[in-house]
Amino acid sequence: MSMEQERGIENSIIECAGVCKSFGTPEGEHQVIKDFNLQAKENEFLVLFGPGQCGKTTMINLIAGFEKVSGGSLKFMGKEVTKPDPSRGVVFQSTALFPWMTTMGNVEYGLKMAGVKKEERQKRAQNYINLVGLQGFEKSYPVQLSGGMRQRVGIARAYCNEPKVMLMDEPFGALDAQTRYLMQEELQRIWEAEKRTVIFVTNNIEEALYLADRILVLTNCPATVKKEYIIGLPRPRNLVSPEFLALRKEITGIMDSTL
Amino acid sequence: MQNGRAVTVIPRIYTDLQINIPLCGANPVRETLSQGFLNVEFAIALLLFSERKAWFKMKDKRKIKYLCISILSVLAVIVIWYICIDMVHMKPETVFPGPVKVFRSFMDKLSTKAPDGATLQAHLWASIKVALFGYALGAVIGVPLGIAMAWNKWVDRFVRPLFDLIRPIPGLAWIPMFILLFGIGITSKALVIFLGALIACIVNSYTGIRQTKETHLWVGDVFGATGSQKLFRIAIPTALPMIFTGLRVALGTSWTALVAAELLASTKGLGYMIQQARAISRPDIIIVGMLAIGAVGAVFDALLHLVEVKVAKGMNVKN
Repeated sequence: MSMEQERGIENSIIECAGVCKSFGTPEGEHQVIKDFNLQAKENEFLVLFGPGQCGKTTMINLIAGFEKVSGGSLKFMGKEVTKPDPSRGVVFQSTALFPWMTTMGNVEYGLKMAGVKKEERQKRAQNYINLVGLQGFEKSYPVQLSGGMRQRVGIARAYCNEPKVMLMDEPFGALDAQTRYLMQEELQRIWEAEKRTVIFVTNNIEEALYLADRILVLTNCPATVKKEYIIGLPRPRNLVSPEFLALRKEITGIMDSTL
Repeated sequence: MQNGRAVTVIPRIYTDLQINIPLCGANPVRETLSQGFLNVEFAIALLLFSERKAWFKMKDKRKIKYLCISILSVLAVIVIWYICIDMVHMKPETVFPGPVKVFRSFMDKLSTKAPDGATLQAHLWASIKVALFGYALGAVIGVPLGIAMAWNKWVDRFVRPLFDLIRPIPGLAWIPMFILLFGIGITSKALVIFLGALIACIVNSYTGIRQTKETHLWVGDVFGATGSQKLFRIAIPTALPMIFTGLRVALGTSWTALVAAELLASTKGLGYMIQQARAISRPDIIIVGMLAIGAVGAVFDALLHLVEVKVAKGMNVKN
């Protein structure tokens, strides 16, 4: 056990130790995250699973570097996180696509900022547009795409700069159930094709169990890790297998007791 | 083929005017006409040219139906007007002339300089020149200033008190001061318009930039965009629809403010023409002037809208 833990820390890409975050409000300090410990290993699909407004998004914002920690240490590849970086790609729940850009424009945006030449960046962007299954929609604007397709563009945009880590903040939260299932399968396929460390936030237990190598169950605000589950089920997972259902029942039970 | 169809329309309008006007006007028509109408013609050509795609894509039947409905409202007003004045004689022609009389006066005014010393085109052109000058100045200063105020809080703090003080003063209230300072020439009118356009541009550009989403700026941050890249590639594209709204509103207020200014202080222009016509009781010319003001305003607005559709792709425009 300790051997494995050692090795885990050794090749962990993201390391949070005792991270705290609080926001100043008129009624005083409001603590959102308290003593949060997390290690994300290389090419691991890590799911942060917790109730509604428990601070999961704040955790993603901290790891991305949009916000600064109030206490503790948050390291990416051994260095303290101070600001956002192309090596930590983010997929937003709201997609945050630029409505004035086409699919191609959105996907190649990161490479453009990185100063990659037009021909090269379009080739690379096309590669990821194909990966997410959007060939033929390169010239469409976000308003012309469905919710699921927009999120595919968001995933392709994050992938295009070849980040070390993908941070996904409830990317499928705004989709209808049917599209959501489809996108989960798609994400699983994309992740198998292009392995990355993924930190995925959700409040949907089925989604968590379908995608995760490891699930961290969080407590309600202030958020901290309540329990860890390593999910060893073979992929692609069967949503109605007895093992799946048993895990689902157990984790749901834990969740209920935290509320 | 699409081009061909759009282009053939224009010479026809042109020749129609050429045939019609000599019938009711004097000789120097052609020169003044080609000079004065160049703008309108150019505007129509531009309109047809830039809307040709959307226009021809639409099903022919529906296209005709829409066109009919649009023409119907104008036609209805003219018919009611005709019935009230020319048939029922609710008011004598010397007080409120009917559409036929107004149309005749319009044709006359294209070639006659009486009673106010210039043809309609000359007045129109004089007004447009002043309006566009003041407007352009207001837009060129107002849009960047609005953007700067929204983007940088120091600029905001510095400019805002001045802006809040100037904003409630109506354009016309400036005129007495400007007349004392600059006389009744182009400067005082251009300044009134400049102020009106400036305020509309600042307010809308400011609001537009403020609508920039935090997540969009975060996307810029993730990919290492610099401050100016975030401003020019994220905030300004977000604000474009609002900036264009500002430009359109400003153009409308410029045009209205101008005519009001001309009523008070001018020797030329549509407002002056209307004022002179009132002094000598020529309601037909007053109405011609009013309709000219309305038509030019509508054409301006339509032109800016077309530019907006082209520039602000994917934003509020449904393709």
